Amino acid sequence: MRKYIFSTDHKVIGIQYGVTSLVFLLFGFTLMMMMRWQLAYPGIPVPAIRFALPFVVVGLIILGFSKFRSGIHLLVGTVFLLLGWMIYYLTTDELSMPDGIMLPEFYNSLGAMHGTIMVFLGVVPLAVGAFGNYVMPLQIGAPDMAFPKLNMMSYWVYFAGGVVMLASFFVPGGAANSGWTSYPPLSDIATTGQTMWLFGMVFLITSSLLGSVNFIVTVIQLRVKGLTFMRLPFFVWAQFITSFLLLLAFPPLEAAGVLQLMDRLAGTSFFLPTGLVVSGEILPNTGGGSPLLWQHLFWFLAHPEVYVLILPAMGIIAEVIANNTRKPLWGYKSLVYAVIFLGFMSFIVWAHHMFLTGMGTAISSFFQTTTMIISIPSVVILSVLLMSLWGGSIRFNTPMLFALAFLPMFGIGGLTGLPLGLSSSDIPLHDTYYVIGHFHYVVAPGTLFALFAGIYFWFPKITGRQMNERLGKIHFWGSFVCMNLIFFPMLIQGLAGVSRRLYDGGTQYAHALNVLYLNEWMSVGAWAMAVFQIVFILNLFFSLRKGKKASENHWQATTLEWAATPTPPVAHGNFARVPEVFRGPYEYSVPGHPTDFTTQNQPS
Amino acid sequence: MEIPYTIDSRPDTGLFNAKLGIWLFLASEVMLFGALFTSYILLRVSAPEWPHGSLILNVPLATLNTVVLITSSITMVMAWASLKMNNFKKYRTYMGLTFLAGVAFLLIKGVEYGTKFEHHLFPSNSTFFAIYYTLTGLHGLHVIGGMIVNGYLWGPGSRMWKTRPERFTNRVEVAGLYWHFVDLVWIFLFPVLYLL
Repeated sequence: MRKYIFSTDHKVIGIQYGVTSLVFLLFGFTLMMMMRWQLAYPGIPVPAIRFALPFVVVGLIILGFSKFRSGIHLLVGTVFLLLGWMIYYLTTDELSMPDGIMLPEFYNSLGAMHGTIMVFLGVVPLAVGAFGNYVMPLQIGAPDMAFPKLNMMSYWVYFAGGVVMLASFFVPGGAANSGWTSYPPLSDIATTGQTMWLFGMVFLITSSLLGSVNFIVTVIQLRVKGLTFMRLPFFVWAQFITSFLLLLAFPPLEAAGVLQLMDRLAGTSFFLPTGLVVSGEILPNTGGGSPLLWQHLFWFLAHPEVYVLILPAMGIIAEVIANNTRKPLWGYKSLVYAVIFLGFMSFIVWAHHMFLTGMGTAISSFFQTTTMIISIPSVVILSVLLMSLWGGSIRFNTPMLFALAFLPMFGIGGLTGLPLGLSSSDIPLHDTYYVIGHFHYVVAPGTLFALFAGIYFWFPKITGRQMNERLGKIHFWGSFVCMNLIFFPMLIQGLAGVSRRLYDGGTQYAHALNVLYLNEWMSVGAWAMAVFQIVFILNLFFSLRKGKKASENHWQATTLEWAATPTPPVAHGNFARVPEVFRGPYEYSVPGHPTDFTTQNQPS
Repeated sequence: MEIPYTIDSRPDTGLFNAKLGIWLFLASEVMLFGALFTSYILLRVSAPEWPHGSLILNVPLATLNTVVLITSSITMVMAWASLKMNNFKKYRTYMGLTFLAGVAFLLIKGVEYGTKFEHHLFPSNSTFFAIYYTLTGLHGLHVIGGMIVNGYLWGPGSRMWKTRPERFTNRVEVAGLYWHFVDLVWIFLFPVLYLL
């Protein structure tokens, strides 16, 4: 129990976070695949079996790998079977899918829960909870996190939040259906699922609060001797700044969540304007509230949240690129200053999500100026990573392929964001598929590719085995093609003016007819994408038992997690002997050295 | 395995882990209450009319509560100081007083709530009452949280004094920082809701 379930060891907690968030990512992705069926073939019954069966098959294969001896295989295999059942249940439920045809309410639920699950239960817990937890203490030479019990609590509170979110699919009226942004007044009068959503969010916010306090204290207090701030690997810097964003940006959403709960449960009108008419009747509430108040509180969190999604990814990419180009990062200091500035600026750009609310030109100008300013550090970071490739003798292994693909993909995501940051060009693009294309380019082939890179990169350290390179490359090329097949057409549809909220994909709009054929392309892309993720899942579980043994410092890296700990690191304590640091994080190919890498703990 | 700086301060930061941790936690609490106070301001400036708090809320009781909380902050400091002076008996007295002050605060608050409910003044009555109940309710939850910690440190948690007195003193200091923050929130709440 103490060892595997209620463990206080940061590595076990990291793995718990990793497995749970990967399962949630897959589940969130499946919700989207069901939506994509409706978009591609509106009004045609959803083939429930085709969505549920892959889960069952993969689950059985993983159970087969286990040979009933490996706990993690048994657990994940069972989870897959349960998910298969849940998806079958959802797609055959007569209330939400009469005769297999999706009702608009259920479509909305899927959209809201896709966003929520991907952001709050998938990407952030994987990027911060899993990678941050596992790698960061090792990189700074700490025996564990500063508060191991809080760390355990952070995971279990997150888990509880996830359970609440999943359970909300089964309450009357289904899960929350007001979008991941939960804009009132609709969310105030929505079905019970919305209340569950709010409770779930309170859990997730508490979890990230506990985690972020822990991360910051660990970085500040537990760095080993000689590891000054300017010698920290960039990954640690990224996690450090991310934690500040989580710490300071989430509480306003918690406040907003409390206010919305009061609206829903105690009959207050924080977000309900006076004289609101619902279904032809005036609501009994006193009114006097402001729906815009929610938007401000929500985006005050949710814009920094965007950087929470991307910064740890950039950290991973920096590690992978430095290691596989075999040369120091070009401009480490500007990278660090850029990330600090980015973190600071991310708090004063939120209202660029609200140009259409009629805030007035003065405030719009302010926020579009800050938005243009924040693009500078992002460009600095991307340029630094790109320039670091120059003149390197690049090793094209799977993590590096993902890292290399990250650069142009994130580039597209970033550049397509510029027109959205300027209020005049945002007005026609607002709420179209262009917005969806933009932020998915940032998060899906951006952040997710970085996370895949991280998984392939640190897998040998975590398990002591290598992942299969050939399967890894199939996974990479397949995902790379499919990602663009899914998200590039969205930019085209968006420029044609197709709204992002259409349940039938735009069949009723004349301006959408020319680009309607793209719906099917995107859907096929999404389903093909799923096939390549199965390759990844099987590779993961196959390599766990049968992968080739990895050496201590598998990638000949310089940072402490590779240089100073055994593979896999010892439980509780990490280091047989406390290391001491003598040099910067990326001393690759230093002239005059016998090897092409000099580890941080090597005395000069 | 021993985690460094749980008891002693790290030389370059001058802090032990939990002290830095609680300050960061308080920073996030500032953001939580900051967002709520901001909401209060926005709702109030956009309201056509806003009742004067002193006319509908019980100012004398709230003043009494302010005194109770400030007193409890003093006894909290005294509790910590007693430990620093190695006087465990005095610590128990002062910590007990701090806890009782918390009880007194909640009782007085309960009387206030009770009379409001008797007059059928609920959160749904007006935006003023909505924000009044939300802010004081959330603050009340913070008081309860603090009392749980203080009660633990007074009772079963105080056994640590025998085994690791320095760490125990640190715990009391950290609990104290939180308690002062809860006090401070009330000092903002009182004028904002009752007097302005």
